[in-house]
Amino acid sequence: MPKTASELTDLGVAAIREGVAKGEFTAVEVAGAFNAAVAAAQPALNAFITLTPEKALEAAAAVDADRAAGKPLGKMAGVPIGMKDLFATTGTKTTAASNILGNFVPPYESTVSQKLWDAGAGMLGKLNLDQFAMGSSNETSAFGNVISPWRREGSEAQLAPGGSSGGSSAAVSARIAPAATGTDTGGSIRQPAAFTGISGIKPTYGRCSRWGIVAFASSLDQAGPMARDVRDCAIMLEAMAGFDPKDSTSLDKPVPDWEANLNADLRGKKVGIPREYRMDGMDADVARVWDEGIAWLKDAGAEIVDINLAHTKYALPAYYIIAPAEASSNLARYDGVRYGLRDLPQGAGLQDMYAATRAAGFGPEVKRRIMIGTYVLSAGFYDAYYTQAQKVRTLISRDFMDAFQTVDVILAPTAPTAAFGLGEMVSDPLAMYLNDVFAVPASLAGLPAMSVPAGLDRQGLPLGLQLIGRPFDEQGVLDAGLAIEARAGFTARPAKWW
Amino acid sequence: MSVDTATVARIAALARIKVTDEEIAAMVPELNGILAWVEQLGEVNVEGIAPMTAVIPNQQRLRDDVIGADPLTGGDVREKVLSNAPAGEHGFFGVPKVIE
Repeated sequence: MPKTASELTDLGVAAIREGVAKGEFTAVEVAGAFNAAVAAAQPALNAFITLTPEKALEAAAAVDADRAAGKPLGKMAGVPIGMKDLFATTGTKTTAASNILGNFVPPYESTVSQKLWDAGAGMLGKLNLDQFAMGSSNETSAFGNVISPWRREGSEAQLAPGGSSGGSSAAVSARIAPAATGTDTGGSIRQPAAFTGISGIKPTYGRCSRWGIVAFASSLDQAGPMARDVRDCAIMLEAMAGFDPKDSTSLDKPVPDWEANLNADLRGKKVGIPREYRMDGMDADVARVWDEGIAWLKDAGAEIVDINLAHTKYALPAYYIIAPAEASSNLARYDGVRYGLRDLPQGAGLQDMYAATRAAGFGPEVKRRIMIGTYVLSAGFYDAYYTQAQKVRTLISRDFMDAFQTVDVILAPTAPTAAFGLGEMVSDPLAMYLNDVFAVPASLAGLPAMSVPAGLDRQGLPLGLQLIGRPFDEQGVLDAGLAIEARAGFTARPAKWW
Repeated sequence: MSVDTATVARIAALARIKVTDEEIAAMVPELNGILAWVEQLGEVNVEGIAPMTAVIPNQQRLRDDVIGADPLTGGDVREKVLSNAPAGEHGFFGVPKVIE
């Protein structure tokens, strides 16, 4: 029986790859179905900045030809994906959702995207995001908000898909892409995954090359997959990861067979529950889902252990010194000379051109972070802010390493609440920053961390649980995620209104 | 520590971002709110603690000292380098007059 377009767009990465390999359907049919779904959803969701249906079809045709010729197929063969518009793609506009790169067409390809194409994936388009990945709601994009496909029960209010990978989370949860790339600096894969009821993993810092990814905070930025389930994340992470001499912080380690080694049997494993994450006034639904997660991991055979991560409350303020400091340095490159926007007022000199260009090109949140970063790095304040924050970062990392003497993996909520409405948080930057309170500590310590969907809140919105692992132990994170996935039975999906 | 309008104007000048007086006035309370909040890091006892330099220990590598080893950056790509320049002229990046 040939599958209908909506049956094809219901498939995830593993199912598409298998169906294409077995000849149940062609990669071109799959690409065509997703291209049509993307085009139909784009006016309502605004998940993409640039659509590239021809790229998806071209890659699919190559996979179909390889299969017909009996050639071996790649890990992502026949799977069309969304590419966060932070990854440089040769010949396709790469904007970082900022006007300053509004017309930038890279003459080179990022390492991670190239690896995905080499593995047989195709590109549906470039996904919307918070400008320069700075934001938790996708409301800082210069190309408009992404609208979450989810709605509260009985309401048509527009909700945030999370951020910064908000186009990625919206597209995957709306079933207009089976998977998408994300990047995570302080929660930008995990929080949007939690908000939209999908899975996403940020690997150990250095697993995925940063080469060709528009830089935000280089000591924190990591790419990772966002998909509908744990297995699909494992498959896609294998395709994305690997040593790259072009990134000086790339890990020179072989990529494990995460998919083949998936194992939800946690007997003999210890799971840590950090006391400090159970905060006063915690959302009742978030607390309930966390308790359920503890019970599920126990059921999977794990022993539950209370742990201390004593410096947790200092992670977010440390992050909001370190990340803006690195951003102010990284974004100094946007000067209106070599690429990107130029604003040259009549009679302006070079310095005036820099200042006018950056004023015209950067959005308010980007400017705010550059200003904070410039201030904390300026003469006289450097030690009080930046050095102090980096010392606190050492302590946060040490807390985790101490905990991992006893436990194998840590279980916590991904975000303090379910998705909030668009516009509800924009007037208060601090309140928005606090949304990343549970996600940022693992980022500061460079640890692999994943969000898996675990349940719904009282308004019918998804909630995620977060698993944090030892350095290089993505397997432990994926396995515990799989154990939760098997027991949560999360099948909720947004009702199609677009 | 808190910032006033003169400090915000100085930071904007350091960051090479042109700001209006209204923008400065709006930024002062925003930045002060954020700075007051990060101030709590001062409570942490960091005596004898080294600042983080590499979150995952990694060896710094040297590449072979060979011209053109990487075709992307090895030269003969002037057109590509200039392809996104707002003012690529005669094989150079054009800028407004720098020397009076």
